[in-house]
Amino acid sequence: MKFTAEVRVHYRPGTLDPQGQAVLRAIHSMGLPAVEDVRVGKSIRLTVEAADAEAARALITRLARDLLANPVLEDYGVEVHA
Amino acid sequence: MSRTAVVIFPGSNCDQDALWALGPDATPVWHQEEHLPADTAAVILPGGFAYGDYLRAGALARFSPIMADVRRAADAGMPVLGICNGFQVLCEAGMLPGALARNADIAFHCQTVSVEVTDADTAWTAGLRRGERLRLPIAHGEGRYWAPDLAGVRVAFRYAGENPNGSLESIAGVSNRAGNVVGLMPHPERAASEILGGTDGLRIRGAARAALR
Amino acid sequence: MTGRRGAVRAATPVGVADNPAPWDAVGLTRQEYRSIAAALGRAPSPLELGMLGAMWSEHCSYKSSRVHLRRLPTEGDAVLVGPGENAGVLALPGGWAVAIRVESHNHPSAVEPFQGAATGVGGILRDIFATGARPCAVLDGLCFAPPDEGRARHLLRGVVEGIAHYGNSIGVPTVGGATAFLPGYRDNPLVNVMAAGWLRADAILHGRASGPGNPVLLIGNRTGRDGIHGASLLASRSFAEDPAGLRPAVQVGDPFVGKLLLESCLELAASGLLLGCNDLGAAGLTSAASEAAGRGGMGIELDLDAVPRREEGMNPYEVMLSESQERMLLVVEAADEAKAIAVCERWGCDVARVGRVTADGRIRVRDHGELVADMPVALLTSAAPRYRRPARRPLVPARSSPGEDLPAVGDWLARLLAAPNICSRRWVYRQYDHQVQTATAVLPGQGDAAVLWRKGTEFGVALALDGSGRLTRLDPYGGAALAVCEAARNVACAGGRPLGLTNCLNWGSPEDPATMGTFVAAIDGMARAARALGIPVTGGNVSFYNETSGRPVDPTPMVGVAGLVADIGLRRGSGFPATGLAVAMLGPAAGRLDGSEYQALRWGAASGAPQRPDFALERGLLRVLAEADLRSAHDCAEGGLLVCLAECVLAGTAGAAVRLPKPRGRLDELLFGEAPGRVVVSTDNYPALAALCREAGVPCRKLGVTTDGRDLVAEGLGTWPLRDERGLEPWLG
Repeated sequence: MKFTAEVRVHYRPGTLDPQGQAVLRAIHSMGLPAVEDVRVGKSIRLTVEAADAEAARALITRLARDLLANPVLEDYGVEVHA
Repeated sequence: MSRTAVVIFPGSNCDQDALWALGPDATPVWHQEEHLPADTAAVILPGGFAYGDYLRAGALARFSPIMADVRRAADAGMPVLGICNGFQVLCEAGMLPGALARNADIAFHCQTVSVEVTDADTAWTAGLRRGERLRLPIAHGEGRYWAPDLAGVRVAFRYAGENPNGSLESIAGVSNRAGNVVGLMPHPERAASEILGGTDGLRIRGAARAALR
Repeated sequence: MTGRRGAVRAATPVGVADNPAPWDAVGLTRQEYRSIAAALGRAPSPLELGMLGAMWSEHCSYKSSRVHLRRLPTEGDAVLVGPGENAGVLALPGGWAVAIRVESHNHPSAVEPFQGAATGVGGILRDIFATGARPCAVLDGLCFAPPDEGRARHLLRGVVEGIAHYGNSIGVPTVGGATAFLPGYRDNPLVNVMAAGWLRADAILHGRASGPGNPVLLIGNRTGRDGIHGASLLASRSFAEDPAGLRPAVQVGDPFVGKLLLESCLELAASGLLLGCNDLGAAGLTSAASEAAGRGGMGIELDLDAVPRREEGMNPYEVMLSESQERMLLVVEAADEAKAIAVCERWGCDVARVGRVTADGRIRVRDHGELVADMPVALLTSAAPRYRRPARRPLVPARSSPGEDLPAVGDWLARLLAAPNICSRRWVYRQYDHQVQTATAVLPGQGDAAVLWRKGTEFGVALALDGSGRLTRLDPYGGAALAVCEAARNVACAGGRPLGLTNCLNWGSPEDPATMGTFVAAIDGMARAARALGIPVTGGNVSFYNETSGRPVDPTPMVGVAGLVADIGLRRGSGFPATGLAVAMLGPAAGRLDGSEYQALRWGAASGAPQRPDFALERGLLRVLAEADLRSAHDCAEGGLLVCLAECVLAGTAGAAVRLPKPRGRLDELLFGEAPGRVVVSTDNYPALAALCREAGVPCRKLGVTTDGRDLVAEGLGTWPLRDERGLEPWLG
């Protein structure tokens, strides 16, 4: 079966995210103080062949941990769709 | 004769500079080689944008075939130096603690900075004195050193004065526990001639030579 | 390559087939269409028309400028390759040579500053390594509206980041250039990128196809649907109000693949495997193939099925006109094909044989075996139209009547030093890796020109890129002449002897007689100056249609000069390097207010008649700067004499105590007036300098000495402590 997956990678909470801070400053300079925080991350879309959703998730999670994110610095989230 | 191997990844761009600064006892090694040359006595991972620095700086280069042998050599105690992108590769490969994040002000910085030697007992700083300062160029966009915990991290170099990238505790370079693997963001090979503005970088080469003897 | 011979297939799905005015869609005129049909003896197929539309575009054919460019001098002792090739090549000592070229990327940068500028760097670097040269330096000529405007800031940030992104990653140092801010660039910023490269004089590659039957290889990125007609429609027409509508025509640069391509081509060249090498830039495969065939007097056959694609379902029109970046066309000997492919593959570069060289001077394109284009190569290249467009010559400008003189210096020195056109460019160049390749011997901010050391030898090359839209708007002839003189003077200040120049001419629509008139006058000025100084033109670029809704940019000639620094040990910075040196001024003491930065700042706009260069004086200055024993030299340009002295202190390690000549007329004219041919130097042998200047016919005056500390003391005028440079940051919000 083919599955599509999305891995989202962000700097971990507590790690300075300079791009997020820059975007936040820009938003505030637009006169929108209601926005309190911005984190900029990346989204990686993958298409995989796997026996079932669980196998696909296991493979993508391994990839996210070992390659797509650097756990020293970054958190990741995995979504898998049939 | 023993030689220093300079690994060339696709996208490395300071490999020729390192070879030039090291002189005739250095040799290039293409990343697809499985083995370092038999007479290799030290390894340098040079600066640049290996694999375009896509995904994260240094993230893809650690999968190059040569890296398995570099890791074996390092485990056996061989001196390994990562300069700039090479430092990023060593962190990504887990051969050095911590990680290098986007500079605090987002911008790429190319300038000459003062760097203080904070550990004179590593393989690459053994000929230097603790506390002495070197003038070295930096050129990076992702050089902000970060580690969840500095306990057990051997800090080899710190920025003296301005911290150009927001590094944790002004860290400019670290080593592994054993002290044979060192990574630093500044470029010693760019301070190897008076014509180019200084020769402080040669003192790191000199230190490595002294350590190799 | 097999395929049905015969008539060209008529239907190519591009939506022009049933159009009553098919020329419109490809940017041609009815007359141009008629001459095409006459030459072919039939109506062109839609694909053929698309190819001709691109090749006959202003951007590719220089149809409005070519008759004028002929007036530029192109011969010189050092010229190994002149105009018409991928880049000019100049001879250096020891069998070395340097390739130079400058090109505009104005239109793409206006639409998408980051990628527009990045692909501009990629394109000019490919032009350089297509000659077999290893790129060693990038310089940028950037012009924006004043940075207190939001859009100008956005463009400036994006362009600088784009240049940094590409140059830093591919590993070519960005070492200098010019950044100007004027209201005349509000709608159309200028992004001119110059590059230089080292090569051996006996190993110059040409963008030529040779040897009928030889394979034609396409290497680098795969071909996608990006930038179809980018050059012919985006860069050969004026903008309407909304440039964002043109965004699909902008490409994305990939410096990583650019680096693999560079290394592949240079290894192939060094192994003697290349017969010819051509960049796929504007008009993509169409232009690379037809130019290679045209220069070699050959024909070429292309099989589109062999072109590696990034997207499915691309039609021949899209494949032939795609401007996907990081691609090169190579011609190799049939016997070397496998070796050449192996080199590309080792570097991880995609490579495909897409055609072969033929002897009959025709370009033939096949798709699924069918002939979809079949034309004489010359129809695409040398037969492109040339126009002598109506030109209304500009009047010789009249002097302005200035307002009140300054009673004292007041805060004007500080204001000028902080002005966007004068303040430090550190914010810009710090984002560029200017030291990679370990050869930059005079860094940005240190001198009037960058100096690159040819490692392993005693010599280096000085590079400068200069041009003033403000002065050229007021006086097109004088402004263009001055651009040549200033770039040459800057190279000489850094210790170089000018060898040759490359230029990028940024103008509005050539169809407007007033704009064309200023262009013609500027070519005259540039030709006159280049002849007078003995500096040949090795090529360049014309960028027309820099206008929006009938508002053209300030006409801007950017001139890049390369010079030989015969002894790298004698390179010079602009700052005072030590205390106790004599400070001297070469050239006339007073400048003019007309066209000066001070005039613009104080009275809101530059006006009147700027001082034109005096060629005898400029020649004399070049001689003095070449022969004198000087410790520093700094061109006295924007801001005038007092600003120049302050910059010498700021860039160096010493202060200065000077006594300026008594003003004969106005005080502000002496302090802040501008004129070409003025240089502030420091020396430890003033008598020898004075004697040399007498011999060379250059006015020379001792102003004072360099001192401890960082103060500029001008007797009777004031004392200014100069600790910190003012930068662009305050203007960037």
